Amino acid sequence: MGKVIVVTSGKGGVGKTTSTAALGAALAQRNERVVVVDFDVGLRNLDLVMGAERRVVYDLVNVIQGEAKLSQALIRDKRLETLFLLPASQTRDKDNLTPEGVERVITELRRVFDWVICDSPAGIESGATLAMRHADMAVVVTNPEVSSVRDSDRIIGLLDSKTLKAERGERMEKHLLLTRYDANRAERGDMLKVEDVLEILSIPLIGIIPESMDVLRASNIGSPVTLADARSAPAMAYFEAARRLAGEVLPITVPGEKRGIFGKIFARRAA
Amino acid sequence: MTKMLTDARSIRIKGRSFLAVVLAPDLPFDDWLVRLDDLAARSAGFFLGRPVVLDVTDLPIDRAQLKELITELAGRNVNIMGIEGGRPSILGQGMPPALKGGRPVSDEAVAKEPIIELRNSEPKPSAPEARPTLQSIVIRDPVRSGQSVIFPEGDVTIIGSVASGAEIIAGGSIHIYGTLRGRAMAGSLGNASARIFCRKLEAELLAIDGIYKMADDMAPGLRGHSVQLWLEGDSIMAEKLI
Repeated sequence: MGKVIVVTSGKGGVGKTTSTAALGAALAQRNERVVVVDFDVGLRNLDLVMGAERRVVYDLVNVIQGEAKLSQALIRDKRLETLFLLPASQTRDKDNLTPEGVERVITELRRVFDWVICDSPAGIESGATLAMRHADMAVVVTNPEVSSVRDSDRIIGLLDSKTLKAERGERMEKHLLLTRYDANRAERGDMLKVEDVLEILSIPLIGIIPESMDVLRASNIGSPVTLADARSAPAMAYFEAARRLAGEVLPITVPGEKRGIFGKIFARRAA
Repeated sequence: MTKMLTDARSIRIKGRSFLAVVLAPDLPFDDWLVRLDDLAARSAGFFLGRPVVLDVTDLPIDRAQLKELITELAGRNVNIMGIEGGRPSILGQGMPPALKGGRPVSDEAVAKEPIIELRNSEPKPSAPEARPTLQSIVIRDPVRSGQSVIFPEGDVTIIGSVASGAEIIAGGSIHIYGTLRGRAMAGSLGNASARIFCRKLEAELLAIDGIYKMADDMAPGLRGHSVQLWLEGDSIMAEKLI
């Protein structure tokens, strides 16, 4: 049985889709079977970032409404044969996602794949709550600024109340992925400090992704940054985050700091 | 433009809870009214002067039927102060307001004298007055933005932080073993001796017994410190704990 991860944030534009693609490609390079699922019906982006926009025939809504089989809608990545994409519909509206349909699709995917990574739409409406409903664990993508942190806090509240795991009285595993971290601005004090974000959200950190042109460049050529430029700083940070998701314990590197010193501080996981 | 207030006294906004009798009619209303009349005949004045709430949850009725029922009840001197469980489509102008969030209490508390006296004509030996037991709840997780903890019965203790955009409303005192970034309202049912304690004060709003204090009204020296707040007369006092 595979693990279902939801990549969520509340706020838009913080890097959910980029992170979904990068983590998916990083996990697939460990030879694990990965599917990335776009839940952003009506505003799909994941196909672009994965470079599969010209190969979309059927989508999530077609599968949910029984117009296509799951195997027809899944798109295999051209570069990694263990990486698949289930695209969202661009023409339909998010009301076409039904709780029963989503449950059926996720159950089927969980049987076939090691990792099912759901890219949640922004907001706290039905699209976002459906994307998180069946998750085993959550990656909360946050930028080091106050509005993103507050929205993430709201989403963590929903993860602890609106998901199947929460309703069964189990504890949802939540991980913080801090993206668009700018070492220079952090030094000047223009951004929230890593420890402030951790103190407010109090969930364990799985990675700090530095703000980088490499991420933008990778998105524009339709390739996850962990495939396009595996040696770049953001790619390395995503590879480490993927290893932590898979259960490895590694010290965290704060971009712009010397390795090791901060690692020890952040190795203590927040509650 | 900023309005200047000449009177510096703050406005008191308080919560109060009252015990109301809830009537849950069933269909057809004619039969139910006959039974109600029968009850009224046996315990005269049962509804007189009591706040009565009408529970219409799951009743397939329209606005006209509800209006007629309210008129019928008014003719029996039963005045409806609110309607519970009504769909917005059947409520409207001239109707009692919709109520929600009601909690059941023991039947005895509602029906004290009249009905008991009717059932056994001998007055029951009055039980010794039970002292109201002080209640409290402990929450072991951080309270996240958008969440509210409402506990009018007593004290609230949070082991963790209260996020910006979260709120705690307690009938008694509030204890926060973490940072208070959201709102805390203690003594919400009118308890001037309630206090607020927090390990680190970054609150958006504080209130005790209806007296409010916004973030900007707080002494800047208190921010980021361990603080307790209490009420003296009509002003909120604060001091650092450590």
